Amino acid sequence: MKFDTPAGTSPIDQLKVIGRPTDRIDGKYKTTGTAPYAYERHDAVPNQAYGFVLGSAIAKGRIDAMHLSDARSAPGVLAIVTTLDTPRLGRGRMNAAYLFGGPVIQHYHQAIAVVVAETFEQARAAAHLIRVDYRQEPGKYDLEAEAPHAEPVASDSGEGSGAPHEARIGNFEEAFAAAPVKLDESYTTSDESHAMMEPHATIAAWNGDKLTLWTSNQMIAWGKGSIAKILGIPAENVRLDAPYVGGGFGGKLFIRADAVLAALGAKAAGRPVKLALTRPLIANNTTHRPATIQRIRIGANPDGTITAIAHESTSGNLADGKPETAVDQTRLLYAGANRLTALRLAHLDLPEGNAMRAPGEAPGLLALEIAMDEMAEKLGIDPVQFRIINDTQVDPEKPERRFSHRDLVGCLRHGAERFGWDRRQQQPGHVRDGRWLVGYGMAVGFRNNLLTKSAARVRLDGRGMVTVETDMTDIGTGSYTILAQTAAEMMGVPLEMVNVRLGDSAFPASAGSGGQWGANNSTAGVYAACVKLREAVAAKLGFNSAEAVFADNEVRSGNRSVPLAAAASGGELVAEDMIEYGDLAKKQQQSTFAGHFAEVGVDAATAEIRVRRMLAVCAAGRILNPKSARSQVIGAMTMGVGAALMEKLAVDTKRGFFVNHDLAGYEVPVHADIPHQDVVFLDEVDPMSSPMKAKGVAELGICGVGAAVANAVYNATGIRVRDYPLTLDKLIERLPEAV
Amino acid sequence: MVGSDDLNLNRRDLMVGAGACAAMPAMPGTAKAQPGPDGNPVEFQVSLTVNGKSHTRNVDTRTTLLDLLRENLHLTGTKKGCDHGQCGACTVIVDGRRINSCLTLAVMQEGSSVTTIEGLGQPDNLHPMQAAFIKHDGYQCGYCTPGQICSSVAMLEEIKAGIPSHVTADLLAPVQPTETEMRERMSGNICRCGAYSNIVEAITEVVERQG
Ligand code: FES
Ligand code: FES
Repeated sequence: MKFDTPAGTSPIDQLKVIGRPTDRIDGKYKTTGTAPYAYERHDAVPNQAYGFVLGSAIAKGRIDAMHLSDARSAPGVLAIVTTLDTPRLGRGRMNAAYLFGGPVIQHYHQAIAVVVAETFEQARAAAHLIRVDYRQEPGKYDLEAEAPHAEPVASDSGEGSGAPHEARIGNFEEAFAAAPVKLDESYTTSDESHAMMEPHATIAAWNGDKLTLWTSNQMIAWGKGSIAKILGIPAENVRLDAPYVGGGFGGKLFIRADAVLAALGAKAAGRPVKLALTRPLIANNTTHRPATIQRIRIGANPDGTITAIAHESTSGNLADGKPETAVDQTRLLYAGANRLTALRLAHLDLPEGNAMRAPGEAPGLLALEIAMDEMAEKLGIDPVQFRIINDTQVDPEKPERRFSHRDLVGCLRHGAERFGWDRRQQQPGHVRDGRWLVGYGMAVGFRNNLLTKSAARVRLDGRGMVTVETDMTDIGTGSYTILAQTAAEMMGVPLEMVNVRLGDSAFPASAGSGGQWGANNSTAGVYAACVKLREAVAAKLGFNSAEAVFADNEVRSGNRSVPLAAAASGGELVAEDMIEYGDLAKKQQQSTFAGHFAEVGVDAATAEIRVRRMLAVCAAGRILNPKSARSQVIGAMTMGVGAALMEKLAVDTKRGFFVNHDLAGYEVPVHADIPHQDVVFLDEVDPMSSPMKAKGVAELGICGVGAAVANAVYNATGIRVRDYPLTLDKLIERLPEAV
Repeated sequence: MVGSDDLNLNRRDLMVGAGACAAMPAMPGTAKAQPGPDGNPVEFQVSLTVNGKSHTRNVDTRTTLLDLLRENLHLTGTKKGCDHGQCGACTVIVDGRRINSCLTLAVMQEGSSVTTIEGLGQPDNLHPMQAAFIKHDGYQCGYCTPGQICSSVAMLEEIKAGIPSHVTADLLAPVQPTETEMRERMSGNICRCGAYSNIVEAITEVVERQG
């Protein structure tokens, strides 16, 4: 089905099942430990051996020799595959660093061997007996030191955020020079780790030249193509299966070393091999969100109108890696006649930087939305009002291009009222609650809505059960449930009559989970397949498909009604289709919007920061399931608190690695860090997005949150920290006197 | 540099020697549990009860309770998030107390009675805490969930037993299951999906139902 005109009315608009806060259909499996994740598929294939991956102990250089005799003769060892006896393998989609093969080391903990043994303990012990002769070479590990040599580079995050190396509209320099009120500040954000709870894990089994991977991956069709390319085998010989994925956040968008080494280990051992990356390997072996140094300049008239805005960002990456596209949102978010954005990339020999939840916008808004707060203060205008003054209904770079639907102002007004923003003291450092300095902060969330084709198959059996099959993944996003809701609405059956099967590359290729595109596109794919199935059912039962009503397990037209199941009494009916998109998204800009509000307390003596209240008001099209969508948003808000207050991969700039590479050293928010979170979805639909009229929320939820917290810390203390995360050492020396 | 001629050294010497030379141990900072002196795994018999069923197994002395459950007994409901006591995904209840099963060796659990998520309830026979997690959407990817649920069930028992926490203001009064107490006591269970706000609501509902 080609979607190239705005959606009219369809059975989806009945909202009998869609749009309801339904409990997740996979909930009873997840809560009882019966949902199988990759490493747990004991049933998948017999005789599984265990693999253990070894990472490089240097960041840059070569391996001269690997001494394996002790490891080979260790008990239980079945095979060892090393990077020296493997030619450098191809790279999969979006891989910047090579995952395996050859003597060259590009980054710390790059995989250099896999040991296969009868048990996990044996594989681990044997791996530690491998000794490696390295030849270390000097590398570049310090972004601040390399930033002056960074080159202008255009980029596309691959996850929906992109910018040319430089974009100019009007004459920024002149307008900025002439502006009566100006801001020119620099901001830094840290390297961050996805730190999903399920480590990257794969079971690999060969059957002749056919390879099956039970794995943990967000994008099944990409993964299938990538593993074929990396191993040099035809894609039709590869099957991936990932019915449950224990979190990804962008870290499992692409094939990683676990899948490659499980496949190589299984080939060498002649047995299926299961392996997981150990937690200490993950931060340096896999990808991370790159740190940024951002400069923002804003010029405005005394009435608050922005006349000039510039956003420049520098990040680092390996050769063939991309810059973090932190300036993308600044091209679209606020009005202003004179504009400049620029991206620069420095070469670093740290592990590969790549997509993490809202790549580009997440760090970009951390900076931009502090800058907007600072500017509002300079102007003496309320920060909410300052954003409203500079709202735009058109793409500021191409004013003939409207937003399909943009209610940022609604988010801000509603949020301000619900949060009690009028109780905020404009003068910072003026509210005390016992030992706490209390402050309010707000920021805007913005993230584009992406359209990408997505296919599905639906089956109707003789009992009237509808089965959905697509390679879509559920990484915590609620895919199982919203796909079931879509099929139930379309086929006129209750949710209990729908079965959803996901994550298998044998099923039609979906949009996959990334870039907050999963929900809208994958449900639209199921919608398309259901339209076909309805036609098949109508034909079978002798109805005119345009007139047939599907409801209550029946098909009706005029005064005739037939049980839906009857259509399949002579055998299962199967329909498959794909949603594809025309150029609606080119004609109008599709984005999602939020107003984030936070209240913090800062300990007047120790500078300990506690988040006390959080609110997000989102405008993101139709919300398919308010319960699971809300969870996506509160989860993203939680990660936003992490970025604001604690998350930072600490770089050893001498040896070139992330030092705090486990969950004790890399701090993420825990229960005690997160208060009750309030989320409101504005009641809206966007008929330009798809037949579902929905957009994404999962990444919108993180965009701007950290800045709302940082602005609240400023409001509480009067201390402006422009260097994330806001740890107490950055505040304690400057706390207000008289405490 | 330690060459292959040095094989007459025992393994411990090799590890020490390798650490001091250009040939570095390839995995600094990870566990280095060793097999027995002859190089073969040391096995030990252990008998324990899991979810009311007794098991006797010969286990490698290096095997954690977590891996005994997941790899040997195929009770994969208990999750491995870090293997280092840093995440809580592996939380199980042993003799009434919650522990990180990755931090205890299987051989140390002789005679123990272990309850895992599979023992609390099943898909068609849910424990009230499991039902409350579903109702309040106290999860997303589900990977931390069994640990969160085992932890919260045992945590409420700790409060009932009057065991104080870091945030207990009055050590003489009975401990109350307040949100602050619960958030503090659940902080060993990381949820990267960030379901905390909903998890606390789920636990609160169970507390209220218990009266
Ligand atoms: S696996 Fe035991 S605490 Fe993380
Ligand atoms: S539900 Fe994914 S980590 Fe908690």
